Amino acid sequence: MKVRTTGVAGFGRRTFTLGAVSVTAALVLTACGGSSDTGEGAESSDLASGGATTLTMWVDAERSPALTAVTEQFKEDTGIEVKLVTKDFQQVSDDFITQVPTGKGPDLIVGPHDWLGKFVQNGVVAPIELGDKAGEFQDSAIQAMTYEGNTYGVPYSIENIGLLRNTDIVSEPAATMDEVIANGKAAVAEGKAEFPFLVQMDPKQGDPYHLYPLQTSMGVPVFGTDESGSYDASKLELGNPGGVEFAEKLVAWGDSGERIFNSSITPDIAKEKFNAGASPYLLTGPWNVPDAVAAGINLAVDPLPTTGDSPAQPFVGVNGFFISSKSQNALAANEFALNYLTTEAVQDSMFDAGGRPPALTASFDKAAADPIVAAFGEIGANGVPMPAIPEMEAVWADWGGTQLALIKGEADPATAWPTMVSNIESKISK
Amino acid sequence: MAVSTDAPVRPAKPAPAVSRRRSPDSLAGTLAKIVLLGLVDAFAVYVLMAMFLNEEWVVFAVAAAVTLVINWIYLRRGGLPAKYLAPGVLFLLVFQVFVVVYSGYVAFTNYGDGHNSTKEDAVAAISLTAQQRVPDSPAYAVSVLEQDSELFLLVTDPDGQVQLGGAEMPLEEVTDAQTNSSGKATGVEGYETLAFNDLLNRQAEILALKVSFSEDLDDGTLATADGSNAYVYKPVLVYDEEADTFTNSETGTVYRDGGEGSFVSDTGERLATGWKIDVGFENFQRAVTDPELRGPLLSVIGWTFTFAVASVALCFGLGLFLAITFNHPTLRGKKIYRVLMIMPYAFPAFLAGLVWSGMLNQEFGFINGTFFGGASIPWLNDPWLAKASVLLVNTWLGFPYMFLVCTGALQSLPEEVNEAARMDGAGAWRIFRSIKLPLLLVSTAPLLISTFAFNFNNFNVIFMLTGGGPRFPGTSQDIGATDLLITVVYKVAFGQGTGRDYGLASALAILIFIIVAVISAVSFRQTKSLEEVNS
Repeated sequence: MKVRTTGVAGFGRRTFTLGAVSVTAALVLTACGGSSDTGEGAESSDLASGGATTLTMWVDAERSPALTAVTEQFKEDTGIEVKLVTKDFQQVSDDFITQVPTGKGPDLIVGPHDWLGKFVQNGVVAPIELGDKAGEFQDSAIQAMTYEGNTYGVPYSIENIGLLRNTDIVSEPAATMDEVIANGKAAVAEGKAEFPFLVQMDPKQGDPYHLYPLQTSMGVPVFGTDESGSYDASKLELGNPGGVEFAEKLVAWGDSGERIFNSSITPDIAKEKFNAGASPYLLTGPWNVPDAVAAGINLAVDPLPTTGDSPAQPFVGVNGFFISSKSQNALAANEFALNYLTTEAVQDSMFDAGGRPPALTASFDKAAADPIVAAFGEIGANGVPMPAIPEMEAVWADWGGTQLALIKGEADPATAWPTMVSNIESKISK
Repeated sequence: MAVSTDAPVRPAKPAPAVSRRRSPDSLAGTLAKIVLLGLVDAFAVYVLMAMFLNEEWVVFAVAAAVTLVINWIYLRRGGLPAKYLAPGVLFLLVFQVFVVVYSGYVAFTNYGDGHNSTKEDAVAAISLTAQQRVPDSPAYAVSVLEQDSELFLLVTDPDGQVQLGGAEMPLEEVTDAQTNSSGKATGVEGYETLAFNDLLNRQAEILALKVSFSEDLDDGTLATADGSNAYVYKPVLVYDEEADTFTNSETGTVYRDGGEGSFVSDTGERLATGWKIDVGFENFQRAVTDPELRGPLLSVIGWTFTFAVASVALCFGLGLFLAITFNHPTLRGKKIYRVLMIMPYAFPAFLAGLVWSGMLNQEFGFINGTFFGGASIPWLNDPWLAKASVLLVNTWLGFPYMFLVCTGALQSLPEEVNEAARMDGAGAWRIFRSIKLPLLLVSTAPLLISTFAFNFNNFNVIFMLTGGGPRFPGTSQDIGATDLLITVVYKVAFGQGTGRDYGLASALAILIFIIVAVISAVSFRQTKSLEEVNS
């Protein structure tokens, strides 16, 4: 309702949805406006057409400082300047997909591997052949960067969730979820804690990402794999026999049951309560570790607790560098990616900046001197890559929504889970 | 009642431009004109050159025309209105008209994920990803050589054997190559070795260079991506330019242009990378016939209207009530109250949604914790309470605007009318109903209409507060009780199921535009009659 020039604002809201389209459009026409003073678009295309050897890389604000040293080194060695353009992380993959075909996209982009499916579908990334260097990286990193038989990125970090334990409340690790819950309840009963267990929930969409290891442990992964080990969208395994059983657990542990999972615990609340020492456990990733340490919590990272007979496998996210398929400087970009971004120095400095375990084995071994990094790394080695196939997008909404309804006790596990599976199946087959 | 004509709400008309304007012939004026126009033209020439080099002919022509028109407007004598209007009109064209026209165009294409660019780009991208390294094949060290401006690869295999080959020449063994300390061949008599900078200058050619092992292409080809390492590649899919088909080299499956912006095999298998084509009215047809959409759409339309009408009514009602209250002549500290009232207006709607969603949290929220003694009221999780919460937050965000507008309008009402009514024996309510409200509506009715149009598309509040939820039980779509049409458009067209679909989104946006435009047009006509009655 903030309406100053109402007519215009109403219109603006409508075009908000068409964000990328209109921004691109506006930029194109601004460049031809003759009398306007925003000449950025014209400038960058000018350089590209002139054959000048400048590489452009889109990064987000957090990673940008970690890359300045290597870009300076590259410039010294080859005379090629790498321009680091800071972009908003939420927007950058969409911008990449819309800008690359116009020739105004960057040469390189930094991001997580699960963007790959979309990038390949839209024809905006070029494969990278790592050659012998592939052996220097952890297998799970290379596996994540491989899509339909090609490798597309230079990985630099691996991230996954683990079970944080406040050692002042519970001193020993536990192997199964039942033991974890028993420990947590005992701590609550003794008055040492307020919550037996914490995991974040989005009150609108649930949080299947964090609950995934508990689900895989009951033998219910999202997709099956083909013989080469890549995800196969035609093998949806959410409907496996353990599915309904897992749904029943969600209800039993949910708002209307034992309140192990609580739909009101947002990411902020989960972190705040754990850092205040109100719970012995927090199921989360390395990104919440620095604040917990700063809050004075004595931490241990435990292996993910099992709920069934299968291993509790989390999703593994791999961050890496990708090369645009329409780069005017593909050879220089390849040289930079293959021979500079793969070095130990770069992987070390990316770790220093982001705190995520490095993908390069040599760098990881150094970082693993920290027991917390080592523990997350060990859990990740047991994990599965986050599916990059575009069909994964069809899964999230129904998956999260159904889990949330179950946790709230609003849905019947016997019907809600199979309905979710058939909904997702129909969306994928469309 | 001609009182409202001199109401100070309306800005005073600017003094006629003729009276005090600087003569166009004065020296300073001419100089300023030359400098400004010179700057504009210099920039235009720069843009034109960039467009020329990029071979963007359409944009080039438009830019040239715009430049000429601008020069003509400002260099000729007279035509003063044009000189004032030109910059505004230009920006209107660029930022509004073009965007609308472009959205309209997109609505008739299949632009979206998988249909992202031209057919040439799609073919190039498919060919690029189809080149796959032969599994377990060795890596080769290469140097790039040149002879008569043709490029060759000098290949050292892992056993130290050196071979030379080019685009037209399969690999042949070379015995007299110069090697460096690591045993990699770096040059051959009669050929020139390219340094790194030369590589960069000819990178497109080098990347396109494929050297075959023998006459038999099934052995694969060598290619290099960085000018120093080469690998053996074999295409999984081969493009036949004449027939415009891709053929899978292993299974023999042929993929043809299926007419829907992608390559399709006879069995209906589709290559993921497609291109943008015009699809006519297909998107509009889908918007109204897709059974997944049609089901929940009726209740969403109902709620959208309810939300927009109720928002306007609540905001206007509360704003007007407070405006009248704080307009009382004997009230002390009016200014402080007024400033406090306006506070929510200074809050970005985006942020307010997030803050309120935290405050309305069922278990940890401020509202339940402080006002309801820790009760567990599902403000955002029960369909009806969620609707009420959304309206509450939107009223909180929106009433200050109405308060401001009404305060201004109230203060402009002449006191005599009030007195006259009182002399005739009218009570306070009667004065409000029959005198103040009709007079107020003259100036506020157009604002109410635009507020309605705005709330009809109030994306921020819904998306940040409830995300459209709680979801309708039993639908496969992610559509919920507080979803407005615009949030449904967002969910359906962006990233649910099959990915972003700009075409469908544009089509739906156009449909919403038509609804809002019709309602606004009708309402404005009504307002006009209101004005005539009162003046």
